[in-house]
Amino acid sequence: MSGHPAPPDTGIGARSRRLEDARLLTGRALFVDDVELPGLLHVAFLRSDDAHARIRRVDASAARAREGVAAVYTAADLGDYWKPGPLLVPPPPVPGSVFNTATQVPLAKDKIRHSGEAIAMVVAASRYLAEDALEDIVVDLEPLDAPADLEAALAPGAPLVHEHLGTNVSARVHQTKGDYAAARRAADVVVSRRFTYDRGVAAAIENRGIVASWDARAEELTVWDTTQAPIPIRNGLAAMLGLRESQVRVVAPFIGGGFGPKIMMFYPEEVLLPWAAMQLGRPVKWIEDRRENFFATTQERGQIHDAELAVRNDGTILGVKDVFLHDGGAYDPYGLTVPINSQCTLLGPYVVPSYDSAFTAVFTNRPIVTPIRGAGRQHGVFVMERLLDIAARQLGMDRVEIRRRNLIPPDAFPYDHEIMFQDFRPLTYDSGNYPEALEKAVALIGYDDFLAREQPRARAQGRHLGLGIVNYIEGTGIGPYEGARVTIEPSGAVRVATGVGTQGQGHFTTFAQLVSGVLGVALEQIQVITGDTREFAWGTGTFASRGAVVAGNAIHAAALKVREKVLEHGARQLGARVGDLELAGGRVAVKRAALAEWRAGRGATAPSSISLGELAVLANPLRGAVTPGTEPGLEATAYFGPDRGNAANGVHAMIVEVDPETALVTIKRYVVVHDCGTVINPMVVEAQVQGGVAAGIGNAFYEELVWGDNGQLMNASFMDYLLPTALDVPVVEMDHVVSPSPLNPLGTKGVGEAGCIPTAAAFAQAVDDALDGRVEITAMPLSPGRLFALLEGAGR
Amino acid sequence: MGARSGIAVTVNGVRATADVEPRLLLSDFLRHDLGLTGTHVGCEHGVCGACTVLLDGEAVRSCLVFAVQADGHEVTTVEGLAGDGALHPLQAAFHEAHALQCGFCTPGFLMTLVPFLRDCPHPTDVQIREALSGNLCRCTGYANIVNAVCLAAGAPSGAAGGLTASSAE
Repeated sequence: MSGHPAPPDTGIGARSRRLEDARLLTGRALFVDDVELPGLLHVAFLRSDDAHARIRRVDASAARAREGVAAVYTAADLGDYWKPGPLLVPPPPVPGSVFNTATQVPLAKDKIRHSGEAIAMVVAASRYLAEDALEDIVVDLEPLDAPADLEAALAPGAPLVHEHLGTNVSARVHQTKGDYAAARRAADVVVSRRFTYDRGVAAAIENRGIVASWDARAEELTVWDTTQAPIPIRNGLAAMLGLRESQVRVVAPFIGGGFGPKIMMFYPEEVLLPWAAMQLGRPVKWIEDRRENFFATTQERGQIHDAELAVRNDGTILGVKDVFLHDGGAYDPYGLTVPINSQCTLLGPYVVPSYDSAFTAVFTNRPIVTPIRGAGRQHGVFVMERLLDIAARQLGMDRVEIRRRNLIPPDAFPYDHEIMFQDFRPLTYDSGNYPEALEKAVALIGYDDFLAREQPRARAQGRHLGLGIVNYIEGTGIGPYEGARVTIEPSGAVRVATGVGTQGQGHFTTFAQLVSGVLGVALEQIQVITGDTREFAWGTGTFASRGAVVAGNAIHAAALKVREKVLEHGARQLGARVGDLELAGGRVAVKRAALAEWRAGRGATAPSSISLGELAVLANPLRGAVTPGTEPGLEATAYFGPDRGNAANGVHAMIVEVDPETALVTIKRYVVVHDCGTVINPMVVEAQVQGGVAAGIGNAFYEELVWGDNGQLMNASFMDYLLPTALDVPVVEMDHVVSPSPLNPLGTKGVGEAGCIPTAAAFAQAVDDALDGRVEITAMPLSPGRLFALLEGAGR
Repeated sequence: MGARSGIAVTVNGVRATADVEPRLLLSDFLRHDLGLTGTHVGCEHGVCGACTVLLDGEAVRSCLVFAVQADGHEVTTVEGLAGDGALHPLQAAFHEAHALQCGFCTPGFLMTLVPFLRDCPHPTDVQIREALSGNLCRCTGYANIVNAVCLAAGAPSGAAGGLTASSAE
């Protein structure tokens, strides 16, 4: 932008109402299950009830003979197409690391490795018939023992998930900074605890689904997929199916919530449906049901940490040591993103001079683990914040004060933590003002007044109120890159195409806001297209809170390039200097300040402005459109790839009331102060935080997967796995700090996961506080039942 | 395949007839036989509420109703809410209050709220939250949905009091 006047108001910061709402509110939005095609066949999968078993025999002959069944496929029927999936994310190049690859298979061949693993696939005239035919398939399984838990999986002689590896170790990674042993020796106090965090599900209200259609005449495959990453799915499918990438179109239309698990490359169904469509010459559809979603879709959060914190008497952190086990499930296609996030996020906004963190990722007979909103960050925050709580109590120090004393100061950026982040770049924070965020939260929750008056007053009435206040860092906006194409059409409407998928984040609006100000075009004139590889075929996907950072900056850059073209063509058409032009109201016009001089040269009647639509036509004439070095039309494509992820941060504070008799916890207030750099649309950001907190509350107090002996999931329904309802989620009170990221031109940081990352840590501290330290919560998720048991143990 | 039954259902004011299997769910009938895909299916066991439609004016879970049970009755789906070009006041309020994100659960919320506001036109915050508690949303954290209901009911926004002030006692 150097050498040009500053761009006009870019629309950034406006609380624009969403452009996508009308379609969603009236039932016109297209979701994957809404795709209907002539001749469509329906797929159902036979899934294993056993978590660990050897497959002796699969006999699908009766199913094949059933009327209405088009095909039944087992692993044996896939021929050369059967192969383990790709390793999506390779392990980070941390020296000394171990990584054993075992990726998921399309259909189980010799062995079942988790309950819900698919054994056979039925294609029939209707889903009802396909499910009927599942009953006809005879499967002879030899049940095998499954390790009961993470530690049992590592014990000598434990049943092996993957025999050929000779171990259940998926990975070992050790990262250090400073000299922890010396820090421990120098410490006045060392606190150590075991912390556990258990699994849950993402539970997007829309389950997964795929529709695949092979057009034999055009030799084109079209796949509608509930994926967060349509472009990598297209590229992978083309490679697997022996097609050119241009022959495969993957569409991620409206997606009913993503939260992470909709970006697992490749789910078996994503491999099988397109293949079956080509085999059968008929379009096929599979829509996951809720029960399947509980074990065929990826999960997260099983970790056990043995951690210790070394501090001086004045609360200064000298070092942290953490040894943890990470439950990776039966396969590890997503590499180590989750445990690396845990390892890195633990350091939080604090100066930690010495850090010694080693983890072992473990294969278990459980569904595959991939990131779910927060993606391992929860664990790190939980461990660190709990250690600080425990240390403060032991030192007799205020828990805000111990945090205050250890915050990275505002003048210390960029701040290098000297370890490697999930993007394989150094964990270096780009910007922030942690003390300001903490003090704002202290003020907003009324910390001092709560401790001095509200809590004692309630206690005098026999009521147990408690407060929790915790910090977090969220590494966001990682690379590699995204791209976008911005086009002004002859109608004057603007099309913006980008490769990321969208799952409710408001991209159709916020991305349009990035273009609106640059081109002077009303939001309603801007059509954003996401998640269709025919529209834009370069990019990766929506994950790691990166949409507004990476795609957003690419879109903004493309809009700026189009603006240059508009100014250049406009100057020529209007006979004006570029510097004398402005873009507003869908037109390029001579600025008021330059009008008199311009009129003097052009006459009183010459039009002083031209619409962008007319200009688009003039930029693409039938003669002479392109001279060497120029391009036709008013269109540009741009890419953005950040050097590394940036660091958003925030503080969560909550006040709870605990009934010690029933162990019910009521959230009285919830405060979030957060910093995600430049805010494109505050309405959208606040809603992301509110929704994230709801997910965090579910994770902390309601949602728990219960496993039976041998790894069966016992509560695979919304009757038994409780999501928070409107009666459980408070209104989050918010305040903001704005520390623009220097790592991208817009200064944006991600916010998608911020709401749920520190919730469990705040919840634990608040409940501890409410009960005067009679319990010490070290395990998540909590539930009234678990809390009751803790209270019983403490003698209530 | 079981015996088929002839049914006649008035959906959004239009009479539809079909021969269906007795086991066909109303949700599948609406979505796949009639092409009214605005009704979404989230759990098929009656908990999430995404598939809520009106059966003779009352909210029901269309995944828990067989199509044959709707024979001779009137069904209203989300497609039947908006008038000619104009959003229903609830739809407009959801837009204004940013009460939807991915929008998948939204039709179910809307169809739950239509009879609720008819029967309870001036709801309190607690009444609104109780009315919403049978529908699951994973994106919004509900606050803006409460606000949208207040807006549609002409009441002050629930955000100021919210869950904390009114329901915790």
